[in-house]
Amino acid sequence: MKQIVFEKVAYQVGQQQILHNISLQIDQGEVVTIAGPSGSGKSTLVKLLASLLTPTAGQIWYQGRDITQEEPVAYRRKVSYAMQQPTLFGKTVRENLQFPYELRQLDFDEQRALAGLQAVGLTAVYLDREVKNLSGGERQRVALLRNILILPEVLIMDEVTAGLDANNREIIAQLVAQLQQEGVTIIIVTHDEQEIARASRLVEIKQGQIMTGGQASEFSR
Amino acid sequence: MNLVVSNQGLALAFILVLVTMGIAYREKLQVNRDIIVSVFRAIVQLFLVGYLLKYVFRVNNYLLTIVLALIIVFNASYNAMKRSQGITHAFRNSFLAIFVSTGVTLTVLIAVGTIKMVPSQLIPITGMIASNAMVAIGICYRNLNQAFRDQRQQILERLALGADLKEASLPILRETIKIGIQPTIDSAKTVGIVSLPGMMSGLIFAGVDPVRAIKYQIMVTFMLLSTTGIASLIATYLAYKSFYNERKQLL
Repeated sequence: MKQIVFEKVAYQVGQQQILHNISLQIDQGEVVTIAGPSGSGKSTLVKLLASLLTPTAGQIWYQGRDITQEEPVAYRRKVSYAMQQPTLFGKTVRENLQFPYELRQLDFDEQRALAGLQAVGLTAVYLDREVKNLSGGERQRVALLRNILILPEVLIMDEVTAGLDANNREIIAQLVAQLQQEGVTIIIVTHDEQEIARASRLVEIKQGQIMTGGQASEFSR
Repeated sequence: MNLVVSNQGLALAFILVLVTMGIAYREKLQVNRDIIVSVFRAIVQLFLVGYLLKYVFRVNNYLLTIVLALIIVFNASYNAMKRSQGITHAFRNSFLAIFVSTGVTLTVLIAVGTIKMVPSQLIPITGMIASNAMVAIGICYRNLNQAFRDQRQQILERLALGADLKEASLPILRETIKIGIQPTIDSAKTVGIVSLPGMMSGLIFAGVDPVRAIKYQIMVTFMLLSTTGIASLIATYLAYKSFYNERKQLL
Protein backbone atom coordinates (compact mmCIF):
# COMPACT_ATOMS: atom_id res chain seq x y z
CA MET A 1 0.00 0.00 0.00
CA LYS A 2 1.26 3.47 -0.89
CA GLN A 3 1.71 5.73 2.10
CA ILE A 4 0.35 8.85 0.41
CA VAL A 5 -2.05 8.98 -2.52
CA PHE A 6 -3.42 12.16 -4.10
CA GLU A 7 -6.43 11.23 -6.19
CA LYS A 8 -7.61 13.90 -8.64
CA VAL A 9 -7.13 16.59 -6.05
CA ALA A 10 -8.17 20.15 -6.83
CA TYR A 11 -8.14 23.29 -4.76
CA GLN A 12 -10.05 26.42 -5.52
CA VAL A 13 -10.43 29.74 -3.74
CA GLY A 14 -13.48 31.63 -4.95
CA GLN A 15 -13.19 31.60 -8.74
CA GLN A 16 -9.45 30.99 -8.70
CA GLN A 17 -8.38 27.42 -9.44
CA ILE A 18 -5.07 26.91 -7.65
CA LEU A 19 -4.60 23.17 -8.20
CA HIS A 20 -6.15 21.01 -10.92
CA ASN A 21 -6.56 17.28 -10.98
CA ILE A 22 -3.46 16.35 -9.00
CA SER A 23 -2.73 12.65 -8.78
CA LEU A 24 0.40 11.52 -7.04
CA GLN A 25 1.61 8.51 -5.07
CA ILE A 26 4.39 8.42 -2.54
CA ASP A 27 5.93 5.41 -0.82
CA GLN A 28 6.98 5.29 2.78
CA GLY A 29 10.60 6.40 3.19
CA GLU A 30 10.73 8.18 -0.16
CA VAL A 31 12.30 11.61 -0.60
CA VAL A 32 10.22 13.59 -3.07
CA THR A 33 11.18 17.03 -4.32
CA ILE A 34 8.35 19.25 -5.47
CA ALA A 35 9.53 22.09 -7.65
CA GLY A 36 7.90 24.86 -9.60
CA PRO A 37 7.82 28.62 -9.99
CA SER A 38 6.32 30.78 -7.25
CA GLY A 39 2.56 30.85 -7.42
CA SER A 40 2.45 27.45 -9.13
CA GLY A 41 0.52 25.91 -6.24
CA LYS A 42 3.27 23.75 -4.73
CA SER A 43 2.88 25.22 -1.27
CA THR A 44 -0.89 24.72 -1.45
CA LEU A 45 -0.31 21.11 -2.46
CA VAL A 46 1.70 20.35 0.67
CA LYS A 47 -0.63 22.35 2.92
CA LEU A 48 -3.41 20.05 1.70
CA LEU A 49 -1.27 17.06 2.64
CA ALA A 50 -0.59 18.61 6.06
CA SER A 51 -4.36 18.99 6.55
CA LEU A 52 -3.97 22.74 6.92
CA LEU A 53 -6.32 23.09 3.95
CA THR A 54 -9.00 20.75 2.61
CA PRO A 55 -9.21 19.88 -1.11
CA THR A 56 -12.23 21.30 -2.90
CA ALA A 57 -12.33 18.15 -5.05
CA GLY A 58 -10.69 14.73 -4.97
CA GLN A 59 -9.19 12.83 -2.06
CA ILE A 60 -5.91 12.49 -0.27
CA TRP A 61 -5.32 9.06 1.22
CA TYR A 62 -2.85 8.46 4.00
CA GLN A 63 -2.08 4.79 4.66
CA GLY A 64 -5.30 3.87 2.96
CA ARG A 65 -7.51 6.34 4.84
CA ASP A 66 -9.05 9.52 3.54
CA ILE A 67 -7.34 12.25 5.56
CA THR A 68 -10.56 14.20 5.94
CA GLN A 69 -11.76 11.27 8.08
CA GLU A 70 -8.74 11.56 10.38
CA GLU A 71 -8.70 13.64 13.53
CA PRO A 72 -6.66 16.65 12.31
CA VAL A 73 -4.49 17.16 15.40
CA ALA A 74 -3.38 13.52 15.66
CA TYR A 75 -2.80 13.43 11.90
CA ARG A 76 -0.63 16.57 11.92
CA ARG A 77 1.56 15.01 14.58
CA LYS A 78 2.31 12.20 12.11
CA VAL A 79 2.56 14.37 9.00
CA SER A 80 4.62 17.30 10.14
CA TYR A 81 4.82 20.51 8.17
CA ALA A 82 7.79 22.91 8.40
CA MET A 83 7.53 26.30 6.75
CA GLN A 84 9.67 29.00 5.29
CA GLN A 85 10.74 31.77 7.68
CA PRO A 86 9.34 30.18 10.80
CA THR A 87 8.60 32.07 13.98
CA LEU A 88 10.17 30.82 17.14
CA PHE A 89 7.98 30.89 20.23
CA GLY A 90 8.75 32.38 23.61
CA LYS A 91 12.18 33.47 24.73
CA THR A 92 14.63 30.60 24.50
CA VAL A 93 15.47 27.71 22.20
CA ARG A 94 14.49 25.38 25.05
CA GLU A 95 10.90 26.66 25.07
CA ASN A 96 10.67 25.85 21.37
CA LEU A 97 12.04 22.37 21.73
CA GLN A 98 9.75 21.71 24.71
CA PHE A 99 6.69 22.69 22.68
CA PRO A 100 6.15 19.34 20.89
CA TYR A 101 6.49 17.53 24.22
CA GLU A 102 4.04 19.87 25.96
CA LEU A 103 1.49 19.31 23.20
CA ARG A 104 1.64 15.57 23.79
CA GLN A 105 1.86 15.96 27.57
CA LEU A 106 5.21 14.17 27.60
CA ASP A 107 8.26 14.92 29.70
CA PHE A 108 10.89 16.92 27.86
CA ASP A 109 13.69 14.65 26.64
CA GLU A 110 16.67 16.92 27.13
CA GLN A 111 19.21 14.34 25.95
CA ARG A 112 17.36 13.94 22.68
CA ALA A 113 17.09 17.72 22.31
CA LEU A 114 20.85 18.07 22.80
CA ALA A 115 21.54 15.31 20.28
CA GLY A 116 19.14 17.07 17.90
CA LEU A 117 20.94 20.37 18.29
CA GLN A 118 24.20 18.61 17.51
CA ALA A 119 22.67 16.98 14.44
CA VAL A 120 21.80 20.42 13.06
CA GLY A 121 25.26 21.80 13.87
CA LEU A 122 24.37 23.67 17.06
CA THR A 123 26.18 23.11 20.34
CA ALA A 124 24.59 22.40 23.73
CA VAL A 125 24.86 26.05 24.80
CA TYR A 126 22.16 26.87 22.24
CA LEU A 127 19.54 25.15 24.36
CA ASP A 128 19.24 28.15 26.65
CA ARG A 129 20.09 30.80 24.13
CA GLU A 130 17.53 33.52 23.50
CA VAL A 131 15.82 33.19 20.16
CA LYS A 132 16.26 36.86 19.36
CA ASN A 133 20.04 36.31 19.24
CA LEU A 134 19.88 33.57 16.59
CA SER A 135 20.77 34.05 12.93
CA GLY A 136 18.24 33.22 10.21
CA GLY A 137 19.86 29.87 9.53
CA GLU A 138 19.98 28.98 13.21
CA ARG A 139 16.33 29.89 13.62
CA GLN A 140 15.37 27.68 10.73
CA ARG A 141 17.36 24.76 12.15
CA VAL A 142 15.80 25.15 15.59
CA ALA A 143 12.36 25.35 13.97
CA LEU A 144 13.02 22.14 12.03
CA LEU A 145 14.01 20.44 15.25
CA ARG A 146 10.57 21.22 16.65
CA ASN A 147 9.14 19.17 13.81
CA ILE A 148 11.40 16.15 14.23
CA LEU A 149 12.35 15.80 17.90
CA ILE A 150 9.38 13.51 18.18
CA LEU A 151 9.90 11.67 14.94
CA PRO A 152 7.04 12.16 12.46
CA GLU A 153 6.13 9.64 9.76
CA VAL A 154 6.25 12.31 7.08
CA LEU A 155 8.19 15.57 7.11
CA ILE A 156 7.12 18.30 4.71
CA MET A 157 9.72 21.01 4.22
CA ASP A 158 8.07 23.96 2.49
CA GLU A 159 10.96 26.03 1.12
CA VAL A 160 12.76 25.80 4.42
CA THR A 161 16.13 26.51 2.80
CA ALA A 162 14.98 29.62 0.94
CA GLY A 163 17.24 32.51 1.85
CA LEU A 164 19.76 30.32 3.67
CA ASP A 165 23.48 30.16 2.84
CA ALA A 166 25.33 27.13 1.44
CA ASN A 167 26.50 26.01 4.87
CA ASN A 168 22.98 25.97 6.30
CA ARG A 169 21.65 24.18 3.23
CA GLU A 170 24.32 21.52 3.59
CA ILE A 171 23.43 20.92 7.25
CA ILE A 172 19.78 20.55 6.33
CA ALA A 173 20.65 18.18 3.45
CA GLN A 174 22.54 16.00 5.91
CA LEU A 175 19.60 16.05 8.27
CA VAL A 176 17.33 14.91 5.46
CA ALA A 177 19.67 11.99 4.72
CA GLN A 178 19.65 11.01 8.37
CA LEU A 179 15.85 11.21 8.62
CA GLN A 180 15.51 9.11 5.51
CA GLN A 181 17.61 6.41 7.14
CA GLU A 182 15.22 6.47 10.06
CA GLY A 183 12.38 5.73 7.65
CA VAL A 184 10.77 9.18 7.51
CA THR A 185 9.11 10.11 4.24
CA ILE A 186 10.37 13.52 3.19
CA ILE A 187 8.72 16.01 0.91
CA ILE A 188 10.87 18.96 -0.08
CA VAL A 189 9.29 21.97 -1.71
CA THR A 190 11.84 24.15 -3.43
CA HIS A 191 12.77 26.23 -6.39
CA ASP A 192 16.48 26.02 -5.67
CA GLU A 193 18.48 24.62 -8.62
CA GLN A 194 20.89 22.64 -6.44
CA GLU A 195 18.15 20.96 -4.48
CA ILE A 196 16.33 20.13 -7.70
CA ALA A 197 19.53 18.67 -9.18
CA ARG A 198 19.97 16.51 -6.07
CA ALA A 199 16.41 15.19 -6.12
CA SER A 200 15.95 11.45 -6.27
CA ARG A 201 12.40 11.96 -7.42
CA LEU A 202 11.21 15.24 -8.85
CA VAL A 203 7.62 16.37 -9.20
CA GLU A 204 7.26 19.57 -11.14
CA ILE A 205 4.24 21.81 -10.78
CA LYS A 206 3.24 24.57 -13.13
CA GLN A 207 0.03 26.54 -13.01
CA GLY A 208 -1.48 24.12 -10.57
CA GLN A 209 -0.74 20.97 -12.53
CA ILE A 210 1.88 18.26 -12.36
CA MET A 211 4.20 18.56 -15.36
CA THR A 212 6.63 15.72 -14.94
CA GLY A 213 7.12 13.09 -12.29
CA GLY A 214 9.26 10.07 -11.60
CA GLN A 215 6.60 7.81 -13.01
CA ALA A 216 4.12 10.33 -14.33
CA SER A 217 2.07 7.87 -16.41
CA GLU A 218 1.48 5.71 -13.38
CA PHE A 219 -0.58 8.45 -11.70
CA SER A 220 -3.24 8.91 -14.31
CA ARG A 221 -6.11 6.62 -13.70
CA MET B 1 -30.82 66.51 49.30
CA ASN B 2 -31.44 69.83 47.61
CA LEU B 3 -30.66 68.98 44.01
CA VAL B 4 -32.96 70.63 41.54
CA VAL B 5 -32.32 71.26 37.88
CA SER B 6 -35.13 73.48 36.68
CA ASN B 7 -36.54 73.14 33.20
CA GLN B 8 -35.46 76.69 32.38
CA GLY B 9 -31.98 75.87 33.64
CA LEU B 10 -31.83 72.86 31.35
CA ALA B 11 -33.08 74.83 28.39
CA LEU B 12 -30.42 77.47 28.98
CA ALA B 13 -27.74 74.80 29.34
CA PHE B 14 -28.63 73.86 25.77
CA ILE B 15 -26.37 76.80 24.85
CA LEU B 16 -23.49 74.38 25.47
CA VAL B 17 -24.72 72.22 22.63
CA LEU B 18 -24.96 75.30 20.42
CA VAL B 19 -21.29 76.00 21.13
CA THR B 20 -20.25 72.66 19.65
CA MET B 21 -22.66 73.12 16.77
CA GLY B 22 -21.10 76.51 16.11
CA ILE B 23 -17.65 74.95 15.99
CA ALA B 24 -18.89 72.19 13.71
CA TYR B 25 -20.52 74.71 11.39
CA ARG B 26 -17.46 76.96 11.23
CA GLU B 27 -15.06 74.08 10.63
CA LYS B 28 -17.44 72.42 8.15
CA LEU B 29 -17.36 69.15 10.09
CA GLN B 30 -20.78 68.12 8.78
CA VAL B 31 -21.81 66.62 12.08
CA ASN B 32 -24.57 69.06 13.04
CA ARG B 33 -27.31 66.69 11.97
CA ASP B 34 -25.65 63.99 14.04
CA ILE B 35 -25.39 66.30 17.04
CA ILE B 36 -29.06 67.25 16.88
CA VAL B 37 -30.16 63.63 16.53
CA SER B 38 -27.92 62.48 19.36
CA VAL B 39 -29.00 65.26 21.69
CA PHE B 40 -32.69 64.53 21.08
CA ARG B 41 -32.11 60.82 21.48
CA ALA B 42 -30.35 61.48 24.77
CA ILE B 43 -33.19 63.69 25.99
CA VAL B 44 -35.95 61.28 25.00
CA GLN B 45 -34.13 58.16 26.23
CA LEU B 46 -33.28 59.73 29.57
CA PHE B 47 -36.78 61.04 30.16
CA LEU B 48 -38.25 57.64 29.37
CA VAL B 49 -35.76 55.92 31.65
CA GLY B 50 -36.39 58.51 34.36
CA TYR B 51 -40.13 57.84 34.38
CA LEU B 52 -39.61 54.11 34.01
CA LEU B 53 -37.23 53.98 36.96
CA LYS B 54 -39.53 56.13 39.03
CA TYR B 55 -42.31 53.65 38.38
CA VAL B 56 -40.16 50.58 39.03
CA PHE B 57 -38.75 52.00 42.25
CA ARG B 58 -42.22 52.85 43.49
CA VAL B 59 -43.70 49.47 42.66
CA ASN B 60 -40.61 47.75 44.14
CA ASN B 61 -41.55 44.46 42.55
CA TYR B 62 -39.01 41.67 42.57
CA LEU B 63 -39.94 40.29 39.16
CA LEU B 64 -40.09 43.69 37.47
CA THR B 65 -36.61 44.50 38.77
CA ILE B 66 -35.20 41.29 37.31
CA VAL B 67 -36.92 41.92 33.97
CA LEU B 68 -35.43 45.39 33.80
CA ALA B 69 -31.97 44.06 34.67
CA LEU B 70 -32.33 41.45 31.93
CA ILE B 71 -33.29 44.12 29.42
CA ILE B 72 -30.10 45.99 30.32
CA VAL B 73 -28.05 42.81 29.84
CA PHE B 74 -29.83 42.13 26.55
CA ASN B 75 -29.11 45.61 25.20
CA ALA B 76 -25.50 45.44 26.29
CA SER B 77 -25.13 42.08 24.52
CA TYR B 78 -26.69 43.45 21.38
CA ASN B 79 -24.24 46.36 21.34
CA ALA B 80 -21.26 44.09 22.06
CA MET B 81 -22.37 41.90 19.15
CA LYS B 82 -22.21 44.88 16.81
CA ARG B 83 -18.48 45.09 17.48
CA SER B 84 -17.85 41.43 16.67
CA GLN B 85 -16.89 41.92 13.00
CA GLY B 86 -17.98 38.53 11.80
CA ILE B 87 -17.34 36.40 14.87
CA THR B 88 -20.05 33.74 14.81
CA HIS B 89 -22.71 33.44 17.55
CA ALA B 90 -21.55 36.85 18.81
CA PHE B 91 -24.90 37.68 20.43
CA ARG B 92 -25.18 34.38 22.27
CA ASN B 93 -21.54 34.61 23.41
CA SER B 94 -21.86 38.24 24.49
CA PHE B 95 -25.10 37.54 26.33
CA LEU B 96 -23.56 34.64 28.22
CA ALA B 97 -20.46 36.67 29.09
CA ILE B 98 -22.43 39.69 30.28
CA PHE B 99 -25.09 37.63 32.04
CA VAL B 100 -22.56 35.56 33.99
CA SER B 101 -20.21 38.44 34.81
CA THR B 102 -23.09 40.66 35.92
CA GLY B 103 -24.73 37.81 37.82
CA VAL B 104 -21.59 36.80 39.69
CA THR B 105 -20.67 40.36 40.60
CA LEU B 106 -24.20 41.24 41.76
CA THR B 107 -24.49 38.05 43.76
CA VAL B 108 -21.25 38.78 45.59
CA LEU B 109 -22.23 42.40 46.26
CA ILE B 110 -25.62 41.36 47.61
CA ALA B 111 -24.23 38.41 49.59
CA VAL B 112 -21.69 40.57 51.40
CA GLY B 113 -24.32 43.23 51.98
CA THR B 114 -22.75 46.12 50.08
CA ILE B 115 -25.92 46.60 48.10
CA LYS B 116 -29.48 45.68 48.91
CA MET B 117 -31.99 43.79 46.83
CA VAL B 118 -33.95 46.95 46.08
CA PRO B 119 -34.51 48.28 42.56
CA SER B 120 -33.01 51.70 43.30
CA GLN B 121 -29.67 50.03 44.00
CA LEU B 122 -29.84 46.93 41.85
CA ILE B 123 -30.73 48.57 38.57
CA PRO B 124 -28.13 51.36 38.46
CA ILE B 125 -25.42 48.90 39.52
CA THR B 126 -26.53 46.42 36.86
CA GLY B 127 -26.27 49.18 34.29
CA MET B 128 -22.76 50.08 35.38
CA ILE B 129 -21.60 46.48 35.40
CA ALA B 130 -23.22 45.51 32.10
CA SER B 131 -21.94 48.55 30.24
CA ASN B 132 -18.39 47.92 31.41
CA ALA B 133 -18.68 44.26 30.45
CA MET B 134 -19.98 45.36 27.05
CA VAL B 135 -17.01 47.65 26.45
CA ALA B 136 -14.54 44.98 27.59
CA ILE B 137 -16.11 42.42 25.25
CA GLY B 138 -15.98 44.88 22.36
CA ILE B 139 -12.27 45.37 22.99
CA CYS B 140 -11.74 41.61 23.12
CA TYR B 141 -13.55 41.06 19.82
CA ARG B 142 -11.54 43.75 18.12
CA ASN B 143 -8.29 42.32 19.42
CA LEU B 144 -9.21 38.77 18.44
CA ASN B 145 -9.93 39.87 14.89
CA GLN B 146 -6.72 41.79 14.64
CA ALA B 147 -4.53 39.13 16.28
CA PHE B 148 -5.90 36.30 14.16
CA ARG B 149 -5.10 38.41 11.11
CA ASP B 150 -1.63 39.58 12.19
CA GLN B 151 -0.43 36.33 13.73
CA ARG B 152 -1.65 33.99 11.02
CA GLN B 153 1.75 32.50 10.37
CA GLN B 154 2.43 31.68 14.03
CA ILE B 155 -0.96 30.03 14.42
CA LEU B 156 -0.44 27.96 11.27
CA GLU B 157 2.90 26.94 12.62
CA ARG B 158 1.46 25.74 15.90
CA LEU B 159 -1.29 23.86 14.11
CA ALA B 160 1.28 22.28 11.79
CA LEU B 161 3.22 21.06 14.82
CA GLY B 162 0.09 19.30 16.02
CA ALA B 163 -1.34 21.85 18.42
CA ASP B 164 -5.04 21.72 19.16
CA LEU B 165 -7.08 24.89 18.67
CA LYS B 166 -6.65 26.08 22.22
CA GLU B 167 -2.90 25.48 22.22
CA ALA B 168 -2.55 27.19 18.85
CA SER B 169 -4.53 30.22 20.05
CA LEU B 170 -3.30 30.43 23.63
CA PRO B 171 -0.93 33.40 23.24
CA ILE B 172 -3.72 35.34 21.52
CA LEU B 173 -6.28 34.36 24.17
CA ARG B 174 -4.03 35.54 26.98
CA GLU B 175 -3.22 38.79 25.23
CA THR B 176 -6.91 39.41 24.44
CA ILE B 177 -8.18 38.87 27.98
CA LYS B 178 -5.41 41.11 29.27
CA ILE B 179 -6.35 43.84 26.82
CA GLY B 180 -10.00 43.47 27.86
CA ILE B 181 -9.19 44.07 31.52
CA GLN B 182 -6.44 46.64 30.99
CA PRO B 183 -8.65 49.79 30.80
CA THR B 184 -10.24 48.88 34.14
CA ILE B 185 -6.82 48.38 35.71
CA ASP B 186 -5.58 51.66 34.23
CA SER B 187 -8.57 53.62 35.44
CA ALA B 188 -8.24 52.04 38.89
CA LYS B 189 -4.73 53.49 39.01
CA THR B 190 -5.83 57.04 38.33
CA VAL B 191 -9.14 57.06 40.15
CA GLY B 192 -9.27 60.00 42.54
CA ILE B 193 -6.11 61.52 41.08
CA VAL B 194 -7.21 62.27 37.55
CA SER B 195 -10.85 61.33 37.51
CA LEU B 196 -13.56 61.65 40.11
CA PRO B 197 -15.77 58.93 38.71
CA GLY B 198 -19.51 59.03 38.31
CA MET B 199 -20.58 57.08 41.36
CA MET B 200 -18.48 59.12 43.77
CA SER B 201 -19.13 62.45 42.06
CA GLY B 202 -22.84 61.76 42.09
CA LEU B 203 -22.89 60.99 45.79
CA ILE B 204 -20.78 64.04 46.64
CA PHE B 205 -23.05 66.12 44.44
CA ALA B 206 -26.02 64.81 46.35
CA GLY B 207 -24.44 65.93 49.59
CA VAL B 208 -22.98 62.65 50.86
CA ASP B 209 -19.85 62.88 53.01
CA PRO B 210 -16.85 62.34 50.63
CA VAL B 211 -15.42 59.67 52.91
CA ARG B 212 -18.61 57.67 52.55
CA ALA B 213 -18.69 58.41 48.83
CA ILE B 214 -15.22 57.02 48.22
CA LYS B 215 -16.19 53.76 49.88
CA TYR B 216 -18.80 53.32 47.20
CA GLN B 217 -16.20 54.14 44.59
CA ILE B 218 -13.87 51.50 46.00
CA MET B 219 -16.71 49.01 45.72
CA VAL B 220 -17.26 50.08 42.12
CA THR B 221 -13.56 49.57 41.36
CA PHE B 222 -13.71 46.05 42.77
CA MET B 223 -16.89 45.15 40.97
CA LEU B 224 -15.68 46.45 37.62
CA LEU B 225 -12.45 44.48 37.89
CA SER B 226 -14.37 41.30 38.52
CA THR B 227 -16.88 42.04 35.78
CA THR B 228 -14.44 42.89 33.01
CA GLY B 229 -12.28 39.91 34.00
CA ILE B 230 -15.13 37.41 33.85
CA ALA B 231 -16.70 38.95 30.73
CA SER B 232 -13.39 39.07 28.83
CA LEU B 233 -12.59 35.49 29.76
CA ILE B 234 -15.96 34.06 28.73
CA ALA B 235 -16.32 36.09 25.53
CA THR B 236 -12.77 35.33 24.38
CA TYR B 237 -13.00 31.62 25.05
CA LEU B 238 -16.38 31.36 23.35
CA ALA B 239 -15.29 33.41 20.33
CA TYR B 240 -11.87 32.10 19.31
CA LYS B 241 -13.10 28.88 17.74
CA SER B 242 -14.97 30.84 15.12
CA PHE B 243 -11.61 31.60 13.50
CA TYR B 244 -11.26 27.91 12.61
CA ASN B 245 -13.32 25.50 10.57
CA GLU B 246 -14.52 22.07 11.68
CA ARG B 247 -11.34 20.50 10.22
CA LYS B 248 -9.38 22.60 12.74
CA GLN B 249 -7.98 24.75 9.96
CA LEU B 250 -7.46 28.47 10.19
CA LEU B 251 -10.07 30.37 8.18
